[in-house]
Amino acid sequence: MGDGAKLSVIAEKLNLKNFTSEIDLSQHEVHLADVNRPALQLNGFFDHFEAGRIQLVGMVEWTYLKSEQSKEERIKSFDKLMSYDIPCIIFCRGFVPDDKLLSHARKRDIPMLGTERGTSEFMAELIHTLNYELAPMTSIHGVLVDVYGEGLLITGESGIGKSEAALELIRRGHRLVADDVVEIRRTSSNTLMGSSPAVTKHLIELRGIGIIDVKSLFGVECVKENQRIDFVIKLEDWKRETEYDRLGLEDEYMEILGNQVVCHSLPIRPGRNLAVICETAAVNHRQKKMGYNAAAELYRRVQDNMSK
Amino acid sequence: MKKDVVIQMSNAMEATPIAHLVQLANQFDSRVYFEMDNKRVNAKSIMGMMSLVLSGGSMVTIDAEGEDEDKAIHAMENFLTT
Repeated sequence: MGDGAKLSVIAEKLNLKNFTSEIDLSQHEVHLADVNRPALQLNGFFDHFEAGRIQLVGMVEWTYLKSEQSKEERIKSFDKLMSYDIPCIIFCRGFVPDDKLLSHARKRDIPMLGTERGTSEFMAELIHTLNYELAPMTSIHGVLVDVYGEGLLITGESGIGKSEAALELIRRGHRLVADDVVEIRRTSSNTLMGSSPAVTKHLIELRGIGIIDVKSLFGVECVKENQRIDFVIKLEDWKRETEYDRLGLEDEYMEILGNQVVCHSLPIRPGRNLAVICETAAVNHRQKKMGYNAAAELYRRVQDNMSK
Repeated sequence: MKKDVVIQMSNAMEATPIAHLVQLANQFDSRVYFEMDNKRVNAKSIMGMMSLVLSGGSMVTIDAEGEDEDKAIHAMENFLTT
């Protein structure tokens, strides 16, 4: 047990049927984000066999077993496969393993699951789900909001006004992903996905008011399950000596789980409208992604003036 | 400064003691973090602390940094073990 993905989570996410319902799926884990079509193994070839992968039985395997092997041979083939420490076997296209096979699976404590979906399409989603569940994870103190489709992570010391900023953004039509604790998964070298722990989902803590439930107060349109993190705004107390970015020609970065994320340090002063600044930062970030940089344009105009 | 503490409260998981714990953490200038499993949360945030499963018998690492870190860790430890 440890940093694997629980089979129960995978089964729930992909709506899998458990043929071996006596086996508790939460006790089984997957550690590899990859799958295997066990056609060769069912035929007895086990060289280079990676047992940690989920085994996926589709049309090819099913037809082969039905037409080429007798019932006894079939059980034997599967039993050989299950003698390895495989996480589970999933039957696609609504194929149902017979009772004899299931009793062998129970004996070996290997879950057999099923789905109605086509093998290739299911395999793609299974790998995607495994990648997400097995991605390196961390939690950060901050607020994650979807602003115009850009994932904005607001960080800063306790009491600086992260939640208040988030609330104002929500009231302006943006969507809350997580308040206070943001769970971050690194799903690729340039993708960080943020979500909320189940306990605090849809909740915001406002100092002086207490906990509020954004979803039930303001509606479903104000919340979102998970969101890619595109940039970070770090709120800090205004300090005279600190240099704040005045142009935005060069981006500052912050490292999360080894990925670089654009980070703006934003000084707080009474009377600054944080929500408008966050919105502007979001659309500006988007514009930069589309290839236009206002600071570069200003620089170009200045250069033009000088060469006249 | 870090310290491992085994929680010895029977009602540790409930909301009110956690709220008190967060209030206590807020009395210090130091940054105070609780580390548990592979989570690290700010002890001054109530939602963060609620998302931890602080049950009696489990172990938590208290991490404080700042001028009054000794006092902060001592107070947190006292709260969790009495």
